[in-house]
Amino acid sequence: MPEASTRPIVVVDDVHQSFGEVEVLKGVSFTVAKGGVVCIIGPSGSGKSTLLRCINGLVPIQRGSIRVASFDVHALRTDKEKIALRKEVSMVFQQYNLFPHKTALQNVMMAPIHVLREKPDEVRARAIALLTKVGLAAKQDAYPGELSGGQQQRVAIARSLAMRPEVMLFDEVTAALDPETVKEVLNTIRGLAQEGMTCILVTHEMRFAREIADEVHFTDGGRIVESAPPAELFDHPKVDRTRAFLSQVL
Amino acid sequence: MRQPQVLPVLLPAAERLAKAAMRERASGARALRLEPAHGVALFAAFVLGCGVAQAQSRSYDPSILATIWKWTPLLARGFAFNLAISFVAMAIGSIAGFFLGFAQISLLPAVKRGAWLTTHFFRNAPWLVLLFYCMFLLPFQVTVFGVTIPIPDWTKATLGLALPVMANVSEIVRGAIQSIPTTQWEAAASLAFNRRQTQWMIIFPQCIKRMLPPWMNLYAILTMSTVLASIVGVNEMMTLTQRALSAENRPGLLLAFYSYVLLWFFVYCYPIARWTVRLEARYAVRQ
Repeated sequence: MPEASTRPIVVVDDVHQSFGEVEVLKGVSFTVAKGGVVCIIGPSGSGKSTLLRCINGLVPIQRGSIRVASFDVHALRTDKEKIALRKEVSMVFQQYNLFPHKTALQNVMMAPIHVLREKPDEVRARAIALLTKVGLAAKQDAYPGELSGGQQQRVAIARSLAMRPEVMLFDEVTAALDPETVKEVLNTIRGLAQEGMTCILVTHEMRFAREIADEVHFTDGGRIVESAPPAELFDHPKVDRTRAFLSQVL
Repeated sequence: MRQPQVLPVLLPAAERLAKAAMRERASGARALRLEPAHGVALFAAFVLGCGVAQAQSRSYDPSILATIWKWTPLLARGFAFNLAISFVAMAIGSIAGFFLGFAQISLLPAVKRGAWLTTHFFRNAPWLVLLFYCMFLLPFQVTVFGVTIPIPDWTKATLGLALPVMANVSEIVRGAIQSIPTTQWEAAASLAFNRRQTQWMIIFPQCIKRMLPPWMNLYAILTMSTVLASIVGVNEMMTLTQRALSAENRPGLLLAFYSYVLLWFFVYCYPIARWTVRLEARYAVRQ
């Protein structure tokens, strides 16, 4: 992707974040090009999920800067400003977090209708198209409680896509799924990446990260320990800590 | 999703008690648990009361059942008044409590604090004291633009009962909202919903099911509390029973008449209590 590397859409620079006394992020920097796919790997508690939450403004940062498209995320104060950002950056969660009182189709349609104020007919058509894309056209009237974990997660991805975001954040989206359904969700994400969606993934699926990512960041203890294209990072890690981690998980 | 396994042999009582305590905390009041046995006991008391009264009556007195039957239309009218008070108090209290509950989770510290204070003041004050306050502090009439509107006693009593209902509904609403996982708020935020939209479209609809059982429980408690209005002289069932008794002037009738009143309330509240329990069980499985 030659044009992908020209203009970074996400710039994270020296981000510090702490919950009370606990410093979760201790100076994290990286960039993501438009259309790029970045995977963040690392042990639990290394601040991966917090990093994603900082990028869409769910968690405030104490130092450093985050720039996404035209937004200075670290400087957003009012709800209105954060809402403008979140129209461009959508997040998919580990526990799906679908709205249990709405059907799959309603889940997908809600935000475009009420947040973007688009016409219900158009949204409906787009939502059905998105559910078809994630392979769940037949389940559009099912409630989340009637769907399997993998199906719920695919609805959640469709729900995020319905907002037509510039950037998608995936927070360990397959961690709560059983091994068989992981595949259907990963296929969905792979499709998105191939279409040129900018994606930042926090994942424990090393093989998937290797296949899909343009760049992989290994984090530990609130810092990025090593960053490299996947082939390099997985096959020839330069840092001992990375090597130790990979030897455990691969 | 797999539930964490609890060995059924270990601490079943502790777990059961903890659940009951949680339910009661959520409902803001002691849960009303009416059993069929309570009805049987009440009926037995009624029969006993009738028997005692019959034994004490003189030969020329009409029979006890005939006496009760004679007064029943009047008592029924009084009971209808109790129900009217309960409906209106519940409606006013629920609407006010609904907003108060939302105010309790407001992001504005002043609103939050004020709502918290109001809720806890009216929730912990004795119902009878609130009733007296309303009876004696509210004027018996108001003049608006030269039009004099009388405020009858029963209106004041209804308002007095609506206050604790409001406070309890406020706690039910707050409890239900806070029982929704924070991940729902997060998901809504990440889809760019604002706070108001999140509350109304995403959080509150999920609360309704959780609120219904404690709300019905509160209604049953309120219905039974409407007899408090007799103390401040409203013509409801209890007041009328006292009048009937003094008109009859037969001390033996006391137990029979009051058990009769209790039976009326039991027959009305029992189905509500049973229905509440059934709803609770149904929603407990779903969540």
